[in-house]
Amino acid sequence: MIEGISIYELLTVTSILFFIGIYGFITRKNLISVLISVELILNAGAVNFVVINKYLYPDVLQGMIFSIFIIAVAAAETALAISIIINLYRKISSVEVRDVETMKY
Amino acid sequence: MERILFYILALIMIGFALASVMSRRMLRSVIYLLFVLCAVAGVYFMMDYNFLAAIQLTIYAGGIIVLIIFSVLLVHHIEMRMEIARPTRQLLTALACSLGLAAFLSVIYTYDFQVSGPGPGTEVSVIGAKLLDYGEGGFILPFEVISVLLLAAMVGAIVIAKGTKLSENKNEVK
Repeated sequence: MIEGISIYELLTVTSILFFIGIYGFITRKNLISVLISVELILNAGAVNFVVINKYLYPDVLQGMIFSIFIIAVAAAETALAISIIINLYRKISSVEVRDVETMKY
Repeated sequence: MERILFYILALIMIGFALASVMSRRMLRSVIYLLFVLCAVAGVYFMMDYNFLAAIQLTIYAGGIIVLIIFSVLLVHHIEMRMEIARPTRQLLTALACSLGLAAFLSVIYTYDFQVSGPGPGTEVSVIGAKLLDYGEGGFILPFEVISVLLLAAMVGAIVIAKGTKLSENKNEVK
């Protein structure tokens, strides 16, 4: 745990980060920006796991290992999303959300 | 001292996260995300999770950011400003997000967390033993599943990004 910092302050910071990510996810119109917002949301979740592990159960490691898994899944998800975006750009020359309809049917 | 450091890191995190979702230039918003990820790694360092901070710096700040920058450079004109949502929609979303944040914070601040004292430091060998432990509470199965997932994602990304030749899909597009 961090000296002089309570768990409430850390959880406040991660909650703010999470909702900034949701705000970007809804307002952005570009696929890559949506991906950036998803990264923010995933990061806030990972920090929450670590904080609760460190403050409430400091002698086990489950929260930390969960956030390692979150980081691994995020890496896989980003690689796949970017390959899909590049393929879409080749087909329709655009990465705007409203132009994407080739995969709907 | 640590208090001041934490507040600086929190300010960096929130400020650059806001800049990253508000900025109208694609590349700048990716670089702001890089600052947020580095600040998160700083928080991990302050909590004595050095291994996790190293993972955060190498995979997120090193790998994912480079990947996103590459894709921005491949599919986007640098000079182009992105179009943003209508102001009413932005306002509504901001309102909904602050409502959700208020709900989260009220739940967090009314709950009484049983904080226990400072625990022992974490060593990398302990983490490795825990990941490969197949006894009670071990993580060998998720570890193997994650490795298969990463392999599948790698093969899938190559296959999808390669796509078909332009001469072949000309008929499909038009």
